[in-house]
Amino acid sequence: MLKEGYVRIPSGCAISGIIDRTGRLFSGQSITDSIATMHDRSNGLGGGFAAYGIYPDFKDYFAFHVFYDDLIAKQETENILKANYIVALEEKIPTRKTAHIKNAPLIYRYFAIPKPEKLKLSELDENEFTIKFVFNINSNIPGAYVFSSGKNMGVFKAVGYPEDVANFYKLESYKGYMWLAHGRFPTNTPGWWGGAHPFNLLNISVVHNGELSSYDTNRKYLEEFGYICTLQTDTEVAAYIFDLLLRRHGLPIELACKVVASPLWKQVERMSPKEKILYTNLKIIYGRALLNGPFSMIIAYEDGFVAINDRIKLRPLTAAKKGDMIYVASEESAIRQVCKNPESVWIPRGGEPVIAELIRDNEKEMYSTKEVTA
Amino acid sequence: MSLSYLTPEFKVLRDYDKCINCKVCMRQCSFEVHSYDEHLDKMISNDMNCVNCQRCVVLCPTQALTIIKHPQTFKEHANWTYDAIRDIYRQAETGGVLLSSMGNDRPYPVYWDKIVINASQVTNPSIDPLREPMELRVYIGRKPDKIEIDENLNVKTKMPPQLKLETPIMFSAMSYGSISYNAHAALARAAEELGILYNTGEGGLHKDFRKYGKNTIVQVASGRFGVDREYLNTAAAIEIKIGQGAKPGIGGHLPGEKVSEDISATRMIPPGSDAISPAPHHDIYSIEDLAQLIYSLKEATDYQKPVGVKIAAVNNVAAIASGIARAGADYIAIDGFRGGTGAAPKRIRDNVGIPIEFAIAAVDARLRSEGIRHTISLVAAGSIRNSADIVKAIALGADAVYIATAALIALGCHMCQKCHTGKCNWGIATQDPNLVKRLNPEIGYKRLVNLVQAWSHEIKEMLGGMGINDIESLKGNRLMLRGIGMTQKELDILGILAAGE
Repeated sequence: MLKEGYVRIPSGCAISGIIDRTGRLFSGQSITDSIATMHDRSNGLGGGFAAYGIYPDFKDYFAFHVFYDDLIAKQETENILKANYIVALEEKIPTRKTAHIKNAPLIYRYFAIPKPEKLKLSELDENEFTIKFVFNINSNIPGAYVFSSGKNMGVFKAVGYPEDVANFYKLESYKGYMWLAHGRFPTNTPGWWGGAHPFNLLNISVVHNGELSSYDTNRKYLEEFGYICTLQTDTEVAAYIFDLLLRRHGLPIELACKVVASPLWKQVERMSPKEKILYTNLKIIYGRALLNGPFSMIIAYEDGFVAINDRIKLRPLTAAKKGDMIYVASEESAIRQVCKNPESVWIPRGGEPVIAELIRDNEKEMYSTKEVTA
Repeated sequence: MSLSYLTPEFKVLRDYDKCINCKVCMRQCSFEVHSYDEHLDKMISNDMNCVNCQRCVVLCPTQALTIIKHPQTFKEHANWTYDAIRDIYRQAETGGVLLSSMGNDRPYPVYWDKIVINASQVTNPSIDPLREPMELRVYIGRKPDKIEIDENLNVKTKMPPQLKLETPIMFSAMSYGSISYNAHAALARAAEELGILYNTGEGGLHKDFRKYGKNTIVQVASGRFGVDREYLNTAAAIEIKIGQGAKPGIGGHLPGEKVSEDISATRMIPPGSDAISPAPHHDIYSIEDLAQLIYSLKEATDYQKPVGVKIAAVNNVAAIASGIARAGADYIAIDGFRGGTGAAPKRIRDNVGIPIEFAIAAVDARLRSEGIRHTISLVAAGSIRNSADIVKAIALGADAVYIATAALIALGCHMCQKCHTGKCNWGIATQDPNLVKRLNPEIGYKRLVNLVQAWSHEIKEMLGGMGINDIESLKGNRLMLRGIGMTQKELDILGILAAGE
């Protein structure tokens, strides 16, 4: 059977996300308890977590998490890594033996910054430089896969149920201000660790429940901007689209959400003249970046996360708030498991983003509550 | 001249039990097949003249008429076929180039019919377009790479001019001259009603139709007929016609006898003079010359109109399209080798060019590999027969399609392929006032609207089945297609997998 990346595998899923908007760090136990509540939404063929704020000692270094099938892949990868980066620390990611996680690859992490002379020679900024590095490893070195490449954050994933994955990676020992989790229900048995969620590129991580009918359109659009889709997963495409919109095109998160779940033309017709110009332009320019098909997803970036549904809400998503804590999950039960008395619980409409960012001086609320549903 | 060796191609069968000698068939037939024999007191037919346009069949009040392929055959020969032998008789008699009309009728593979479309099951809910929103609107024109906004969310991007289509279908270029005034009237009005565009072709724009300007694409072809500043500025867009799928590499010729007062005024040529479109534009001998013409037209219209370029699908279409994109065109229309025509040399029509399916796939792939596909629009033409062809064309990489033969069939065309004779009994491809008035534009435009609306409904159903609710998400979505009965090479060029993969 073809490995994931050579064949497209639709999946159903459970997703969950928690953020403390004050930036206070909390352990991975909450998110584990939350996602474990939705055990039946996954089938043991993929689970994972993204944790933000876990590497304060190395917050200026790219934290690369890498799966290796063998030592040759490791050697080849490290040759390229060390030729281009100053590596401050390299180590095996600590794991614990558990009955439920089998066939683990070699799992390493590296804290690294690009060598100044290499960076200068490349005429790229360090983010572009790093994206190129990650694409190079993932598409050219057989048996090596960089699955996390952000700063002061990390992805932990495996083939297994999410609660077993958390146990395997000892997530209770990490402390972060924002956590995402994912339990996967793929429709066949790829058994490849890289195919689990979250999907990550630099500081953007995505957990996703759904199937993009627009996958090939989105993929081809991204390829024109130099993205290489190695996994053939919808989540990978979603992550790259947010990277393109947020980082490279500089769109605010609210508008990026209006690209992936764009308002309908008949809604645009009813808008004020200024909004009409904005959204008409947005739809014309970014039509191929519309994520079409059923999905609920959480996209985390440095400042926070956004949870969003497809514009006709074909997958479940619930949100809750208590003080500075914001919770989102596929099911309300997964929130109430870790937050007994939320101040408010709501079900966002299709295409209506739930944006939860770290508290800063100038809050921008303008687009966060706009209705998009048909 | 010696005896003609040609025998009738069709045979008129008349049921004399039903015939009431009303002479409708006689009056309707511009080819003079039917006549009334006073001595016999019955209608008789001259099979030799029959082209099987079926005007008489449809109008006969008692359904007394049937036209069949003439049973007369030659001794069977797999190589020297009926057509091969008859074409030689015809050329031996006349010494001329064989003329024909409409699209290539040879039995080349129709790749649309070897492609099947995906639908959702379980993992992805299909969408019911009657209950959920379903968007078909597309914009044709050049797109910026990205949007630029200021901190107050004012758009700073200068959006190049766009054509708004409420459904991804346009009426392809057919000139006034090749088709009738009433056919143009029906097309223009239907385009307005549907929120799409029709294309004037290269024969100028009749003054009566200037009111449909915002739904009109005007052509600038090698003959430059009817082109002046007002013509350009009346239209919503301008299309430079380099080639046509039915006759790539050659020009056009409207005989002087068809150049009536009205056509002479529209084309801006003297009445009765031949209207010759040279094979190349004599100011375009290379790509840089095309860029000059594109920008001349943009200058003439103050950069307010998209300027597209139409080419025939030929071997090197991908590289040519890339050059056109870089020359500054806002859209590229590609016309496949099954595209129709009002008159073309038969050998050219039947042997030159490549199928639109391959052309669109190759051009889309080429522009993507150069990273410029998202900046320009692609229109596929050259035998779109139904809504499924449209879905397949867009999934292969088109933004929209042009239809022309299908539109004429909606108006009554029966595909007899005799447009070049000017005797169209259906009032479409003729300038004979008595024939033209048979086509009622009032009814014709409604039939066109019906056709496009029906296809749009079907497109929505297919999109919903795929789990898509916006036509944008179908563009280049080749994973939604699978091939049946093709070689691996063909599948690779189309960029699709085989069914079952």
